[in-house]
Amino acid sequence: MPMAGLKALAAAAAAAALLQFGAASAEEMLAADALVKNVTLEIVEIIKADKDIQSGDRKKVVALIETRVLPHFNFHAMTATAVGTNWAKATPEQKARLTEEFRTLVVRTYASSIAAYRNQKFDFRPLRARPTDTDVTVQVRVLQSGAEPVKIEYDMEKTARGWKVWDVRVADISLTATYRTEFAIVVRESGIDGLIKTLRSKNGSAADPAPVAGRG
Amino acid sequence: MNSAGTVAQGTVWALARGVLATLLLALAAGCATTNGGDARDPLEGFNRSMYAFNDAFDEAIGKPVSTAYKTAIPDPIRIWVRNFFANLGDVFIGANNLLQGKPADAVNDWARFAFNSTFGLLGINDVASEIGLEKHNEDFGQTFGRWGASPGVYLVWPLLGPSTVRDTAGVVLDFYFDPVSRHKPTDPRTFAIVLRATSQRADLLDASRILEEAALDRYIFQRDAYLQRRRGLIYDGNPPRDPQSLRMREEPRAEAGPAPVKSSDRLFEEPAAPVSVPEKRASNSYEPREPSNYPAVLAASSTGH
Repeated sequence: MPMAGLKALAAAAAAAALLQFGAASAEEMLAADALVKNVTLEIVEIIKADKDIQSGDRKKVVALIETRVLPHFNFHAMTATAVGTNWAKATPEQKARLTEEFRTLVVRTYASSIAAYRNQKFDFRPLRARPTDTDVTVQVRVLQSGAEPVKIEYDMEKTARGWKVWDVRVADISLTATYRTEFAIVVRESGIDGLIKTLRSKNGSAADPAPVAGRG
Repeated sequence: MNSAGTVAQGTVWALARGVLATLLLALAAGCATTNGGDARDPLEGFNRSMYAFNDAFDEAIGKPVSTAYKTAIPDPIRIWVRNFFANLGDVFIGANNLLQGKPADAVNDWARFAFNSTFGLLGINDVASEIGLEKHNEDFGQTFGRWGASPGVYLVWPLLGPSTVRDTAGVVLDFYFDPVSRHKPTDPRTFAIVLRATSQRADLLDASRILEEAALDRYIFQRDAYLQRRRGLIYDGNPPRDPQSLRMREEPRAEAGPAPVKSSDRLFEEPAAPVSVPEKRASNSYEPREPSNYPAVLAASSTGH
């Protein structure tokens, strides 16, 4: 539904930006909170209608994420933020590979979250931002009986191609901040290449649901 | 009911023995620090032993029991169980809100308790949420944090899991005032404690699977997530922005081919509005404001052990 239109809009905005800085006005782009709401509701609709996804068809879930969610993520920024100060030490090629591996890791995690969805209701919070803001946090709350709502926040940045997510916080736990310590330890022990290798072997076990043993 | 109580009691005993044995083991092994060297977690060696014990316990008992519970008991009944215990919790959630100087929230919590205990049939239905009285998350650890107590070092306790010095003090009070663990006689109490633990663990089955899939090192992942979560809770979901999670800004645009040679890394066309914080844009740097754990992060990322 609105996705096709959205993509066209994003493409138009990108093209316009290429021709002339400042060509894409705020009106041409969907507001950040509207984007989050559209994408979330769209995904919920798809899950509700798809028996395969409900019964845990991993491939379909991943495809859903790849086509509907990931276009709105800036993985380069997300990876840079998770790697932190060590990012500056990485070569462009290492950065590209880190980004690719981190992307795969996030997709896996996201797939598990989607598989865990059980008809919870969403409360889309009004965006508290000025129209001129280019960095916003969009808040969505997941409501459930007998428990306090779970808050999900998307840190988003306005780009020529629409709003892009660069960090996600679930119940105040930041995706990038949580990986930062882990990544820093691996880099200290075995360098950037070591981190790439660790991420790759972690992702390599994607088909294997067995837990990865902790160190120590 | 009786047999369940007996089984539960047996479980509790087996559990207590396991806890003792592991504690002794961990102490014998000494509180050797491992290579993490994180300032927030000087007892990492001890904590990791506790973590390993909890993990083994969970694999052997927690996960299988709660999975069976989730499979065997229909959704509506599990929701009743969850709501019943959640309702009992609202009394001291209200008390903590009052202690934290939030009387309106406290009234909300006690109104929840009143509505749910009556119209909600002893709390098994969360009717209060439906009429807009939202559930809160408060405990004594958060109250101490609100009063200005710093978390102290990170601790992992057997069965209780992640904690800090401050939260440990809080948990002692939480237990003391917990209507379930104060309940007499002890047979139904044991049953209630095990049922509550099972219900809570069952609610976390999905989350724990996600943790397993996401983490490189589950111990560290859990620790960092716990510390962030507690910080968020103390600020009731509006913690001051942690500069750690501020976006790195040195990189070229993503998925868009070669990097532009522009010195500016902004991806959008308009100059940043004056309202947006300019110092945060500094290339390849964080906002200068230091979070409380920033020294620890620096130490973790730069010092060799």
